[in-house]
Amino acid sequence: MSTHSKTRTALTAGVAVIAALALAGCGSNANPLDKPSGDTGGDKGGDTIVVGSQAYYSNEIIAEIYAQGLEDAGFTVERKFNIGQRDAYMPEVESGNIDVFPEYTGNLLEFLDKEATATSPDDVFDALKDALPDELTALQFADASDQDTYTVLKSFAEENELTTIADLSKLKEPATIGAAPEFEQRPYGPAGAKDAYGIDLKFSATGQGTLDALLAGTVQVADIYTADPAFKTQDIVALEDPENMILASNVVPIVSSDIADKVGDVLDGISAELSAEDLVDMNVQSTVDEKSAPEIAKAWLKDKGLI
Amino acid sequence: MNLFADAFAWLFSPERLEGTYALPTLLGQHLLYTIVSVAVAAAIALPAGWLIGHTGRGREIAVAISGAARAIPSFGLLVLLVLVLGILQTPLAAVITFVLLAIPSLLAGAYTGLEAIDRRVIDAARAMGMTEWQIFTKVELRLGLPLLIGGLRSALLQVIATVTIAAYVNLGGLGWPIIQGIPLSRFDQVLGGAILVAALALIVDLLMALAQRAAVPMGLRAPASRTPSSTSRARRVASAPA
Repeated sequence: MSTHSKTRTALTAGVAVIAALALAGCGSNANPLDKPSGDTGGDKGGDTIVVGSQAYYSNEIIAEIYAQGLEDAGFTVERKFNIGQRDAYMPEVESGNIDVFPEYTGNLLEFLDKEATATSPDDVFDALKDALPDELTALQFADASDQDTYTVLKSFAEENELTTIADLSKLKEPATIGAAPEFEQRPYGPAGAKDAYGIDLKFSATGQGTLDALLAGTVQVADIYTADPAFKTQDIVALEDPENMILASNVVPIVSSDIADKVGDVLDGISAELSAEDLVDMNVQSTVDEKSAPEIAKAWLKDKGLI
Repeated sequence: MNLFADAFAWLFSPERLEGTYALPTLLGQHLLYTIVSVAVAAAIALPAGWLIGHTGRGREIAVAISGAARAIPSFGLLVLLVLVLGILQTPLAAVITFVLLAIPSLLAGAYTGLEAIDRRVIDAARAMGMTEWQIFTKVELRLGLPLLIGGLRSALLQVIATVTIAAYVNLGGLGWPIIQGIPLSRFDQVLGGAILVAALALIVDLLMALAQRAAVPMGLRAPASRTPSSTSRARRVASAPA
């Protein structure tokens, strides 16, 4: 998630919690006015699949892709988008009120298991499968990700011949990395970079203004999330991380275990096609071209021949 | 209660004195932003407030403006100003935000201090041949001081509490442990930061309460043994000679 979206998420979290509670209420209590037959709630039966999303535009696009893909495969889909942060929606996903949710392997693993140490995409995925409760299944993860990076301006990278994070040691003076405040304490923060690559970095809690700070030159390195539209709209480049220091966070569909077999083919097909560039492209379409999530999702699915 | 124990353990860990975000550094930043902002606000609000109090004109405008300023959400204003002024001007954005927060209390303290003075005292001063300037400096300023310090006290407290959000735009201060701790779910750190801000506010409030008491002019001070309420007594004493 980008820092910007985090703020938006945080701001709407309160509303979303209330909304989620209200939705939960609707799902678990039979409404005598609407359903005279006396539905007992829980699983709504039939083939209705509930797809949820975070209150984060990029997540909503992925959720919309899942939803349209499933609809094309003949499922009836109900959308419950914009459900705040993990604290708000995970209980809903675990209880089965939401069947399909686009998630990010590393961030979800961190949420489920604070002690987790895996960092490479495959290790994180394996650890995530272990950490998930039995009711939930992680399907195949995509190449697309939304994870931290050590990003520099392209011109700065060329001048100083930087390709990997380790190359930051070539700089004459220690670079300053701008990121969200909590980055300083993350295992892949400045202290982690010292351990993994032996480089010295100063830290600046640029928060929301991280990209601006990088462009303005107040920091030389910035933590920009891999799905950030800036990778297409600005001349910036993420330094490679050969040691897998940074926690990988690939896009992964989290589904209720009882429907995992039914929806597996459709969602695995989507994940197989969803590349990192595709996700950045779609985020650009959303933020720059201001297209709606259903439009972007439909165009992508058609382009890949999935619908 | 365990969380409180954890918070105090976090506060008194020797690590809190090291690095870029050492607590003394954060405290210094917090106080610096508070003092600069309140000083700038005072430079604007006090002359305006005194003028209103002395002349008795413009009170409605002052009330309207300070009422509106009180309604501005500081956090929203800070983020907006950072966006408008750009990433290089965050300290300016923060100071503007805190100045606007401090102005209403200071303005109110300045003009109510002058307004609360018994009109007969001022008439007496004028009858004795004092110039307007002398009335202002020798009578109004001194008699209005306790209420002015009251305004300063509430401005300081509001600013101390609000400077916490400076950490959100990379300016440090005691809000740092809170802003950093929330995404990490480190609630010992969040509570530790909150305790520090609360403690600082209480200490400043106590100091200002003492200053407010000391600001009552000698001649107006009632013997403590005779009346518990010094202000109402002071009024009566002040009006007695007129």
